[in-house]
Amino acid sequence: MKRMIMATGALALGLSPAWAQNFNDPEEFAKQQEQLQATAEGPEGQPWVENIGGDMVEMPGLDLASGATVCFSNAGVNNPWRVVGFTNMTEELKNHSSIENFIHVDAEGSDDKQIADIDDLLAGGDCDVMIVSPNTTAALTPAVERACEAMPVIVFDRGVNTDCPETFVHPVGGYGFGIQGAEFIVDQLDEGSNVLMLRILPGVDVLETRYSAGRRILDEAGMNVVGAEFTDGDNAKTKSIVEDYLMRGTIDAVWMDAGATAVAAIEAFEDSGYDIPVFVGEDQQDFLRKWQDEGMTAIAPTYPAYQWRTAIIAASRVIEGGELPAPEWVLPQPAITQDTLADYVNPAMPPLHYAMCGCEEMEGYPEAWGGN
Amino acid sequence: MTDGADMQTARRLRLPQINPVWVLLAVLIGAIIFMNPGFTQPTGYMNFLKRAAPLAILAAGQVYVITSGGFDLSVGSLITLVVVGASMLTNNDPAATYWVVPLMLGMGLGVGLLNGLIVCFLRVPSLIATLGMMITLTGLAFMWSGGAPRGYLPDTFRFFGRELIRDVPLVRFIPISVIVLLVVVGLLAWLMHRTNLGRQVHAIGDNPVAAGLAGVPVNRVRITAFMLSGLSGAIAGILLGGFAGVSTDVGSGYELQAITAAVLGGAQLLGGRGSVPAAVGGALALTAIFTLLNFLGLPQPVRQVVQGLILIAAVALAMHRRQQTGT
Amino acid sequence: MVIAVATNQTQYLSLENLIAILGRSIALGITAIGQTFVILVASIDLSVASLISATSVLASVIMDGAPAMIVPAVLACLLLGAFVGVLNGLIVSALKVNPLIATLGMSLIIQGCLSAFVSNFAGSVPEAFQIFAYGQIGGVPVALVFLVLLALLAWGILRFTKFGSDIYAAGGNDEAARFAGIKTGRIVVLTHVICSVCAAIAGLYLASRLRSGAPWIGADGVYDLESIAVVVIGGTVLAGGRGGIWGTMAGMLIFSLIDSAFNIAGVDSFAKQVLRGIIIVAAVAFYAIRSKRIVA
Repeated sequence: MKRMIMATGALALGLSPAWAQNFNDPEEFAKQQEQLQATAEGPEGQPWVENIGGDMVEMPGLDLASGATVCFSNAGVNNPWRVVGFTNMTEELKNHSSIENFIHVDAEGSDDKQIADIDDLLAGGDCDVMIVSPNTTAALTPAVERACEAMPVIVFDRGVNTDCPETFVHPVGGYGFGIQGAEFIVDQLDEGSNVLMLRILPGVDVLETRYSAGRRILDEAGMNVVGAEFTDGDNAKTKSIVEDYLMRGTIDAVWMDAGATAVAAIEAFEDSGYDIPVFVGEDQQDFLRKWQDEGMTAIAPTYPAYQWRTAIIAASRVIEGGELPAPEWVLPQPAITQDTLADYVNPAMPPLHYAMCGCEEMEGYPEAWGGN
Repeated sequence: MTDGADMQTARRLRLPQINPVWVLLAVLIGAIIFMNPGFTQPTGYMNFLKRAAPLAILAAGQVYVITSGGFDLSVGSLITLVVVGASMLTNNDPAATYWVVPLMLGMGLGVGLLNGLIVCFLRVPSLIATLGMMITLTGLAFMWSGGAPRGYLPDTFRFFGRELIRDVPLVRFIPISVIVLLVVVGLLAWLMHRTNLGRQVHAIGDNPVAAGLAGVPVNRVRITAFMLSGLSGAIAGILLGGFAGVSTDVGSGYELQAITAAVLGGAQLLGGRGSVPAAVGGALALTAIFTLLNFLGLPQPVRQVVQGLILIAAVALAMHRRQQTGT
Repeated sequence: MVIAVATNQTQYLSLENLIAILGRSIALGITAIGQTFVILVASIDLSVASLISATSVLASVIMDGAPAMIVPAVLACLLLGAFVGVLNGLIVSALKVNPLIATLGMSLIIQGCLSAFVSNFAGSVPEAFQIFAYGQIGGVPVALVFLVLLALLAWGILRFTKFGSDIYAAGGNDEAARFAGIKTGRIVVLTHVICSVCAAIAGLYLASRLRSGAPWIGADGVYDLESIAVVVIGGTVLAGGRGGIWGTMAGMLIFSLIDSAFNIAGVDSFAKQVLRGIIIVAAVAFYAIRSKRIVA
């Protein structure tokens, strides 16, 4: 028992702020703020091949007798954003004749399983290039390092703590997302307005950085943040939370770290008989449609799903040779505003289709993404 | 396990007692009102009832399976399947609601029937049978929709979970879901406590062999219990889809909450004892706990700890009382 | 038959391949060995997933990259496991709370306490400790050797000790065992301690494999329900008293083979889930259908 208390003590000690992961990094914040403003290099109108301020590396190309086999270790297809992204990926494959085989393994959101998947792919020995979309950064690093020893590796979405991959494809990032939404609220409202912040989960790096950036801007502008609540990404819970807040006072703006439950939050205002306040959502069709139908004051920052296309393009450049932005391929991260809303709303697409998919010109569109 | 004679003594002993779940509920409601006087307004308590309705209906169905001696872990994923399936089938057509709703209710009955058949004829313990069903149904919901819902739910479908009847005297408005709750719970309570089926459910949960010898059609009653639970899952799914719209994880976690609610209401795991009104009381108490912890501004981790402690304490207390009364 | 499926897909079944397949499920295997003990006494443990998360975090926080702290960290984790096991066992045997509810409640409590302190990967595991997950002895992973030894130990306990036969007696018929002078309450507590300590070891393994611990890794791996599924697929009866370790190991092997075979065959993960659900029910039905007992 005594040792038990000691162990608990050790745990408590270990939880001193040294453990708080740094999701509020001023340098990264400033860098992403700058990248949001930067002009990307590359063909205009094709943001998935554009790149912000990265260096180029000349790829020699792989000397293969036949078509290449690309293996993809996927963290999961467990949310609609990843479903849209994965469809992007399989459709993009059709544009690359140099890729003959594509092997997809799905880790279903488990680090342990993804490590095993990568080991399996390495043991199978058939892959020429590996694409990894890591479930979490630190845990997947050793597996990616082992893969790097065997073949060229491309990482996208979340990164890894090693620079052994050929490149790391990602949009500007979480701080950028948080900045875009919060700055919109600050522009629209007076100091001291009530802002409700809705978050999905704690601890997910890409979501924590969105929140820390958004919070920072709202606090600096003197907004009154009435609450920051976790919704678990659950519609019913989101609606209940907003209803509870409405019983206690007025809300002038809602900031969300992800838009999947935005429509449920809007409905809470409608059903309780309030006007819809200023809203920060994301690029899901249901939100964009609601925004257009109700004439809301809103913005939709995005975490563009077109990066899934970029991962395949990067793989094909490794195979065929050519210029590859490396060690990082930073993609533009545009927000949808009132001015561009009409370009992205499409009632033929499913409610949780992500409009910033960069897929409108692709061959299988819209059927492959579930549209009519 | 108690035999028939003991059961009767137990019933006589229990009658004058108030089920502790009502005391718990009253205390919780009192605390909520203390924290937030607005709760006494119709918006306060009607929103509360509306929110609790799906869980209360689920608990009312679950109590049949628990009383008959089993578990039903498949209801959460059934909710997801109903919401996703309805969004696929209605395909944005408001007129489709009139056949999609009955179809979804039928699907709930079908899933329950399958659970019952697996338990009765393949002799798979219900924990495993419904666990397998849970995994399978979640997979089916994803396969059907391709991972993301493909359609909106039309307003006609969402009517049950979202709309209100306004200008009602005394309470100002009544959510449709509260009416659904009253009707469904009323029917399930009547079936359980006023009909032969209810007595048979209790009997087979108490002692299946004895019940079988006494002429109770054990398999048929068990299957009926699973079907009622499946039906309650489908109704809860329709309400939840109506309340909050489409998503792919609406139902997750509801199976354990429904069991928790039934247990808080004094239902005895592995059978023989259970009450529909008390299970509904358990569901309301559970929702009240969540609401209260919300008002107190406690973070999620604390809510989990409190929920865990209450769960263990409630059952421990019930067992203690049973040992003391010698039933 | 399952092996044939796998070999057809891979064209060959090399030792390397088999080891990779087994390597998928070390954590599940360790947890399932513990789960076998509690299920044999007709109990169950739903708290293993949260406990795995808790011990993985505890280990990596105490070690914090320092090799000197390995031993204290391992001891702390095993003690935490034993402590949780004693609590579970006492709630089940002394307070007579249904084990499903008791361990579900315990799971919520552990997860809540854990997430109150950490919300992401915390601490780190030194190189030396990563040998547990990544080291090899003559081409065979250390962890696999460990799993086999653990299974042998568990088998030995169940087969050759009085404690082992008491477990079967208590699980088969609690009342009869008590009349025979077996202290069944103590047996239940001890099996829960074994189960929780196994989960703690699985947590240590995952900390070593992921190089750090995070509060979600147990829940993400669904180790609670999967370990139960593996045990019952292996022929151990939920009602207690019948089954054993080798069945559990076979169940684990089946799970890993399904996973690997589906991966190689490119079955999409949604269909995989449907098949997994059906296989669980079918496997248990395969044993159960011949029994005349009415099941719960």
